[in-house]
Amino acid sequence: MTVDRRGFFKLAGLGALGLAGARSLPVLGNPLPSPSPPESGPPSGVRWGMVVDLRACLHDEGCQDCILACDHAHNIPQLPDRKHEVKWIWKDPYEEVFPMQAHEYLEDALRGHPALAFCNHCNNPPCVRVCPTKATFRREDGLVMMDWHRCIGCRYCIAACPYGSRSFNWVDPRPYIEKIDPEFPTRTRGVVEKCNFCDERLARNEQPACVAACRNGAMTFGNLADPTSTVRLLLKSRYSIRRKPALGTHPEVFYLV
Amino acid sequence: MYDGGKIITGLLVFLILVTVPVWFNAATHAQARAPQLKLPEGATACVEPTAEMRATHMELLNRWRNAAVRSDERFFTMPDGKVYEKSLSLTCLKCHDNKEEFCDRCHNYLAVSPYCWDCHVEPKGGRS
Repeated sequence: MTVDRRGFFKLAGLGALGLAGARSLPVLGNPLPSPSPPESGPPSGVRWGMVVDLRACLHDEGCQDCILACDHAHNIPQLPDRKHEVKWIWKDPYEEVFPMQAHEYLEDALRGHPALAFCNHCNNPPCVRVCPTKATFRREDGLVMMDWHRCIGCRYCIAACPYGSRSFNWVDPRPYIEKIDPEFPTRTRGVVEKCNFCDERLARNEQPACVAACRNGAMTFGNLADPTSTVRLLLKSRYSIRRKPALGTHPEVFYLV
Repeated sequence: MYDGGKIITGLLVFLILVTVPVWFNAATHAQARAPQLKLPEGATACVEPTAEMRATHMELLNRWRNAAVRSDERFFTMPDGKVYEKSLSLTCLKCHDNKEEFCDRCHNYLAVSPYCWDCHVEPKGGRS
């Protein structure tokens, strides 16, 4: 029997389909799963979240209380070279923190004025997806945590985070820490770090250091899963925005404007 | 064999030189001395029996760190009802407050250098 080229390809195609069998059908039939599942209603249990009142924060523009409290609580180094900067919570102009909500006719009270920024503890965190060692992971209660023991310093998470919330230790941070608190570890060279929502304080039933330090009542921390919590009541009664919402990361830090 | 005498003499000298420590110790009846650890004053018992801690404290620390960091299980209860936090800085180092005379003596003897102290802050007593 002779088979021409055309016939051979037909037979080979049929053979391949036969080998792949029934398993090939769902792959051919269904679209790829969406990388960003839409949020489906409020969560249950505990889901930590933060509400930042931008106006209350702006009453006291020069205030650095939350930033200093965080620096002290977490042994954050003050590095002279800005390229090496390590930051967990910081202030940037409104239009840089909210590029998607800023435009050229923005009101004067916000334009160029500082807005608080820190890790959003996203519901759909891109940093967790890219971490090759699971050093960054998401806890059941919504905290996006880092296990510094596991971090290999590949910096994928820094590339993945759309908020610039992560810093890399380019140099040994110890000499640049003003006063080391022995109860919290420092980091070492070659490790990524970021805001941890003060999980060490949450474990002791305390508020995060920044929230406890804020004298203007601009920061509220609580359980988003509890409809009677202060954060939920604030969100229910006032208009809130999130950073770069179109990216589908679903931040759990909300800003009242 | 060319220069056989020289080669064999050289090998003998080499062997004697290499085994000098063995002869020396055999002659002086020296024995390796186990490191003397300075135990914390005031504390009578660790979280596990001494033999257990000596052999497997590193595994215990590994379990603790995974439990505390990854699962948020931070406390454990001793059989006698005492509750401890699973923390190197907040539990272990509160009693073992002298790293040089406790941790380092054994680690140096065994030539292991754990990297705990790259990040965790050693207690003041052991600061060099």
